[in-house]
Amino acid sequence: MDLLFRTIEALPTYLEPLGVTLLVTVLSLFGSLILAFVLGLATGSRFLSVRFVGRTIVEFFRGTSLVVQLFWIAFAMPVLLGFSFDWLILSGVLALSLNFGAYASEVVRGAIAAVPSGQYEASTAINLSYWQRMRLVIIPQAWPEMIPPMSTQAVHLLKSTSLVSMIGIVDLTARANTVGARPGQDLLFQYGIILVIYFILAWLLAAGMRQLEHRAKRNIGRAPVATKNTATAGAGVVN
Amino acid sequence: MDSQRISDLLPLVWEGFVVILQLTFWAGIIALSLGLVIAITIRSAPKPVTVPLFWFTEFIRNTPLLVQALFVYIFVSRIELIEGFMTPFVTGAIVLGVHYACYCSEAYRAGIDGIPKGQWEAITAISLPKSRAWIDILIPQMMRRCTPALGNYMIAMFKEVPILFAIGVFEMIAQIQRYTGLSFAGHVEGYTLAGLLFLAISYPLAVSMRKLENRLARAHG
Repeated sequence: MDLLFRTIEALPTYLEPLGVTLLVTVLSLFGSLILAFVLGLATGSRFLSVRFVGRTIVEFFRGTSLVVQLFWIAFAMPVLLGFSFDWLILSGVLALSLNFGAYASEVVRGAIAAVPSGQYEASTAINLSYWQRMRLVIIPQAWPEMIPPMSTQAVHLLKSTSLVSMIGIVDLTARANTVGARPGQDLLFQYGIILVIYFILAWLLAAGMRQLEHRAKRNIGRAPVATKNTATAGAGVVN
Repeated sequence: MDSQRISDLLPLVWEGFVVILQLTFWAGIIALSLGLVIAITIRSAPKPVTVPLFWFTEFIRNTPLLVQALFVYIFVSRIELIEGFMTPFVTGAIVLGVHYACYCSEAYRAGIDGIPKGQWEAITAISLPKSRAWIDILIPQMMRRCTPALGNYMIAMFKEVPILFAIGVFEMIAQIQRYTGLSFAGHVEGYTLAGLLFLAISYPLAVSMRKLENRLARAHG
């Protein structure tokens, strides 16, 4: 009973940091998606120079740790460039977008390369420009293939937003630290609560991505196939 | 960039980096072995065991490592029996190892699913004992398939070790923060050095992993 009471008592204090976590997640998702397409098209480009620049950026952000990037952007970049983040969340969003954009660009590149070559030939034959070909023919077909791996990345991004608590942003994790330290509260219990909140958020995110995949497949006239999404597959997968 | 600060910071950052390498090693051993145990258990144990285990791995994979580390750290500090043994380093290695074991078990599972059906039938036909079947026939075959995925998880794990500074593991970030806290400078130098060290290790590893992937893909047609 005491446990139940404490849960109910603590929950409202998580509303505001939940908003922060969601804001960081949504902004970073958009940022990394845009970056993923830019870098994915660059690394798949015909031109060596474009490919080289794209590859360098991708390998740089994939090769260094997200934590280090986060601290570098939050603490080293302001010193180096002589400014301060008025809105600290931006530094977190920037780090997450760059890191996950680099990972997701590989998904974009792979999916675009997987579109049958006949489609490229046909769109060249009817004299489409590069951008027309990409926008009208290639990307609409590559998009449904991108969604399942993007879903994994998105869940990973959601989990990684907890790191912004380390640079002083009051998200779910940071709030659990402070609530748990209050007299009469229990730190372990608060961490337990937010673990469950993160789990629910991840589940919702993966479910949303499955809906998106369903719709994307229907839009190009392809029947949706039952995907074996390991992130949220039910217990029926066992055995 | 200040050359004096770089020479001050370099040994500290290196010291922290060695801690990261050690943690990666121990957590890697836990992840690779426990992951295999989980995969085989989910494949062959009765339902009352596999269903909770499946949901356990789901929960671990869908919640942040940082919060898991904090949770376990607080939890073990309350059990007097193991309090002295569970230093931040040991706790960190176990949390990271278990976290990635849940990922590795998925890679192993994919490897098991990739084994041709005829192999299972042959094992049943000659009524080979389960343990021998796994050790001599199934594991060697699945290993070839899931090595690239496991390698990539190990590299990913290596890059997530700095998270454990939150529970007091004295790695790079902690070293840099101590330095910058004392001298109010060195942010640029410290975090840049840290990033470069990571790049120096993980980039060659990632490249060789990609080569291995390509080679195995060719070998399997």
